[in-house]
Amino acid sequence: MTLRATLPILIILAVLAAIPLLATSNSVLNFIVFVLIITLAAQGWNVLGGVGGQSSFGHAAFFGTGAYVSAILQSRFGINAWAAMAIAMGVGAIVGWVIGFLSFRAGLRGSYFALVTLAFAEVLRILANAAGFTGGAAGLLLKLNVGFANMQFSSRGAFLWLALSLVALTLFLSQWIASSRFGAQLVAVRENEEAARALGVDVLAVKLRAITVSAAITAAAGCLYLQYFLYIDANIAYGLWISVEALLAPMVGGKGLVLGPIIGAFTLHGLGEAAKTFAASVPGIDLAIYGIILVVVVAFAPEGVLGVLKKTQLWRKRKAHAATKLSEEAA
Amino acid sequence: MLSVEDITMRFGGLVAVGGASLTVPKGAIVGLIGPNGAGKTTLFGVIAGFLKPTSGRVSFEGCDITALPAHVRAQEGIARTFQIVQPFAGLNVRENIAVGAFLRHRNSADAHALADAVGHRVGLGADLDKPASSLTVAGRKRLELARALATEPKILLLDEVLAGLNPSEIRDIVPVIRSIRDEGVTILMIEHVMQAVMNLCEQVYVLAQGRMIAQGTPQDVCEDPHVVEAYLGRGAAERLRTVGANHA
Repeated sequence: MTLRATLPILIILAVLAAIPLLATSNSVLNFIVFVLIITLAAQGWNVLGGVGGQSSFGHAAFFGTGAYVSAILQSRFGINAWAAMAIAMGVGAIVGWVIGFLSFRAGLRGSYFALVTLAFAEVLRILANAAGFTGGAAGLLLKLNVGFANMQFSSRGAFLWLALSLVALTLFLSQWIASSRFGAQLVAVRENEEAARALGVDVLAVKLRAITVSAAITAAAGCLYLQYFLYIDANIAYGLWISVEALLAPMVGGKGLVLGPIIGAFTLHGLGEAAKTFAASVPGIDLAIYGIILVVVVAFAPEGVLGVLKKTQLWRKRKAHAATKLSEEAA
Repeated sequence: MLSVEDITMRFGGLVAVGGASLTVPKGAIVGLIGPNGAGKTTLFGVIAGFLKPTSGRVSFEGCDITALPAHVRAQEGIARTFQIVQPFAGLNVRENIAVGAFLRHRNSADAHALADAVGHRVGLGADLDKPASSLTVAGRKRLELARALATEPKILLLDEVLAGLNPSEIRDIVPVIRSIRDEGVTILMIEHVMQAVMNLCEQVYVLAQGRMIAQGTPQDVCEDPHVVEAYLGRGAAERLRTVGANHA
């Protein structure tokens, strides 16, 4: 981990951490917390879909499992919220491993893998909607009981710091992955499975490790959602919306890059909020904006916002280089 | 060190390799030649574990490895290159080589140091920070070699690493291959460039239409009438002899 790579992360974290000290507006804090929860889910997606190239369309399966497991443990068994979160992440990881084992062992890739993950998420949504212990269609409500042990805070700022610290941990984890053996093998699998196998990479094992880590992170995002809103039902926890959010943010920000999910989530939701403010009379304008952004990114900037930034930087450098060369020649 | 016994590989009704055998002694450079479509690359696929043979046995250092998957064979010390180069396009040259180096080095500093050393060794020293997709054909062939070498193999399977290179590029890389062998890595190479085969190989096997039709030193094999006919068609050896006699 070099300073050069760590510095942008630290700056972003410092800016976000300072917000509760400067802004007291509930809507601003609500917005940031919500986007941080999306960021965390998207960071999970990014490990598998971005770095590993296995695009999942069903990360709701992990988000929902995290939220439901934590909710059930707290409301039915009275388990401490922090312990419930740890267990929920573990269960999310197991669900990830099982889905990964079933689909990767069968050799599913690309759109086939995406469709299978979507199917798993939908099955879980329908089951959660029907089963009694998940509260059925009525969903699950956590009792409002402010206190550190219950992971409920009277100030939104405190919750923002909690969400931010999880995002920060995941950023550093992602950065460690990027420079590690596991990361190198995962990228190799994304780029060319055959060549990776020839170099001794156990493709199935690497993919399983990636989906397990990915699922655990996204399950943590589900737990945060539960703690913040204190209510979930099947359509929230296992809904298609979170699968889409989790994959949209890294794609817009920069797939496979450490900062991709956080940049993407804030870009998307920032533009969405701006659109809602300036065109309040048009309902659903933010969703229309998302659609347009997605089309533009896929068509013109497959490497996302960060990819565009990098390219313009390179281009400027080259231009500056050419200019100095010219002036040297002239002199 | 490596022995392939009676390998048959069938794809549906097509027999790509039929009962081929070969042995590679430790420390040797052995060539595998043959006309296009003879089944050489298929045989490589079987040896490296990418294809499961219909019948036959592959053993390495005395152990039967026929059932082992490709990545385990790589861990055992069998490294291959691909005839159609397969770079990790999104990575730079150093990172490409490091994927190979990570096989025996968990620490990323060690792996990158080894990647640098191997890169310099095969002549990619100046390109280490370039994206792999920007390399020329010759560069990509070197990259294939470097990646395989970075796994620190006991045996290296080279699938036409010289194809598509110009004569001066071939002159550059032949000594590299020889020096790899001199450091104790056994080499089995598929090659069409006969100048290099004659130069490097002690022993040559000839595969034609899936069957091993000859083996021996490069000189013997080139003079073998079966081999000449496999390349030039039935009766070619006879015609060549009469033409040669007329000229004499």
